[in-house]
Amino acid sequence: MPVIATEKLTKDYLTGFWTKHPKRSLDSLDLEVHENEVFGFLGPNGAGKTTTLKLLMNLVFPTSGSATILGRPVSDTSMHREIGFLPEAPYFYDYLTAREALSYYARLFGLKDHAVVDRFLARVGLTEARDTQLRKFSKGMLQRFGLAQAIVHDPRVVFLDEPMSGLDPVGRREVRDLILELKKEGRTIFFSTHILPDAETLCDRVAVLARGRLQGVGSVEEIFHREVHGVEIIFELPGGGAPPADLARTVTRTGSRYRAEVGVEDVYATFARLEELKARVVGCSEVRPTLEEYFMKLVDGANQAKQAGGGSQ
Amino acid sequence: MNAVLVAVIAWNTFREAVRDRVLYNLVFFALLMISAAILVGQISIGIERLIIVNLGLSAISVFGAVMAVFLGVGLVHKEIERRTLYTMLSKPVRRTEFIAGKYFGLAITLAVNTLLMTVGLVTALLYVDGTLRREDAAVMTGVFFIFLQLLLLTGIALAFSCFATPVVSTLGTLGLYLAGIFSDDIRTFGSLSENPAMQRLTTFLYYVLPNFGQFNVISAVGHGQSVPGALIAGNTAYTLLYVTVTLIAAAAIFSNRNMK
Ligand SMILES: Nc1ncnc2c1ncn2[C@@H]1O[C@H](COP(=O)(O)OP(=O)(O)O)[C@@H](O)[C@H]1O
Ligand SMILES: [Mg+2]
Repeated sequence: MPVIATEKLTKDYLTGFWTKHPKRSLDSLDLEVHENEVFGFLGPNGAGKTTTLKLLMNLVFPTSGSATILGRPVSDTSMHREIGFLPEAPYFYDYLTAREALSYYARLFGLKDHAVVDRFLARVGLTEARDTQLRKFSKGMLQRFGLAQAIVHDPRVVFLDEPMSGLDPVGRREVRDLILELKKEGRTIFFSTHILPDAETLCDRVAVLARGRLQGVGSVEEIFHREVHGVEIIFELPGGGAPPADLARTVTRTGSRYRAEVGVEDVYATFARLEELKARVVGCSEVRPTLEEYFMKLVDGANQAKQAGGGSQ
Repeated sequence: MNAVLVAVIAWNTFREAVRDRVLYNLVFFALLMISAAILVGQISIGIERLIIVNLGLSAISVFGAVMAVFLGVGLVHKEIERRTLYTMLSKPVRRTEFIAGKYFGLAITLAVNTLLMTVGLVTALLYVDGTLRREDAAVMTGVFFIFLQLLLLTGIALAFSCFATPVVSTLGTLGLYLAGIFSDDIRTFGSLSENPAMQRLTTFLYYVLPNFGQFNVISAVGHGQSVPGALIAGNTAYTLLYVTVTLIAAAAIFSNRNMK
């Protein structure tokens, strides 16, 4: 049984002040997340990640389709005992101290033990700030507090919406470590991000979303390293000469070295010409699209598909 | 409905109000009103008690109503606006339990506030009369009726805030409050009218509008009259019924709302 499953999950928001017209934010999402996975939900801003999480948390209701968590429909509030949620750019009762706020949330699960609260505040590095009112917290501290409230009740599934945004590199590292710890403890983690390197080293599987549509699901390798763009050849020329302009599709110079990027099919021809030029080849490797480029392509594709489809609103 | 959850949420709502300066200001102003009453009482010989009861009960009523409306319309809206609701609703809390918790939280706040102002009023009465009298029990009934009205107002404000902005909710609540004060007159008007459609409409309004008119005993108890037991029982039952219906409506609206 998948831990999280969505079936044709679709959400239209009504937009416009006077004349309301529906805007599709999520389009027929089919997704399955398995036990003990770290699942990355990737997509540029506006892709529909937060919308999906809100649907899963039963904060908004689907226009059509359905979703289950741990086999139970998302509208079943009692299932919330087993899950934790960190919203995007979270905000909490700012008149409470971190300790008061976390004991409040813990009490909603019937937990009254102050030691538990202190332990979780320590786990996210807020021990020193625990008696400070949340209104005095920085964005990063709020994010940490948000993580604490998402896991204080020992949930089986943890949902995190952009858990690393607003954090400095140290904070990111800590969130990454925390996610890995949660995995080690046997939990399932579903997190969204638009920052691709965050996902690359962390996720067992990722899903890529663009303009409300699922573009692909699989391991990071499968999704992002599928296609080779071309080959880059690094070389030096004797006597500091310049290479001919038609050597490769792009040639860039850094110091005394040149970098030529050629299509896979042109590699041997280019090597032959470099040999003629008496160039010294320093390195040669595959060029893969960076994750950003991959995203851009997806978004462009989605845009074109939308235009081809007659711009259906 | 999990009563423990409702209590936990209510307690936090009360705590929020206590940490809000507004509460202290209102108590402070109420005390100011009462000391003014004492001054007036010293000038107009013979009717000090009447003036103090009138002014005191009016102040308790106005300060309570302002709090009920202004805190009531923010109860839900603030949680949506500040997005604190996202984490709340991801806990094992049903939306109905959340609404109930918010309602009782403000009800506790108003109870404490009313109690503190009543202590001020009794102190003022003791000050001018030197002793408490039998008629002062009727003054307590007046306070009780004011509190019942605050419970009604809070329910209405909360129901509005489940679908409307604070400004619209405030206007709506105040509108219903005013209409409710005249709800008896509306029915009288209907019975005078010959038109059956008009009679049906006014009867409908009479039952739907909160009947605030029947709660106003300020001038009666000021004159030392006692309040009939039947009215106390009737008003109490009416409030419980009306608040229950209002909360069910509020919870139904809130449960079907998208939290964008
Ligand atoms: N409450 C809302 N009302 C109208 N449109 C919305 C609302 N929330 C999100 N959207 C739209 O839905 C799309 C997806 O948004 P969102 O899920 O927040 O994306 P992401 O989290 O991936 O950045 C965006 O185009 C956004 O403008
Ligand atoms: Mg988002």
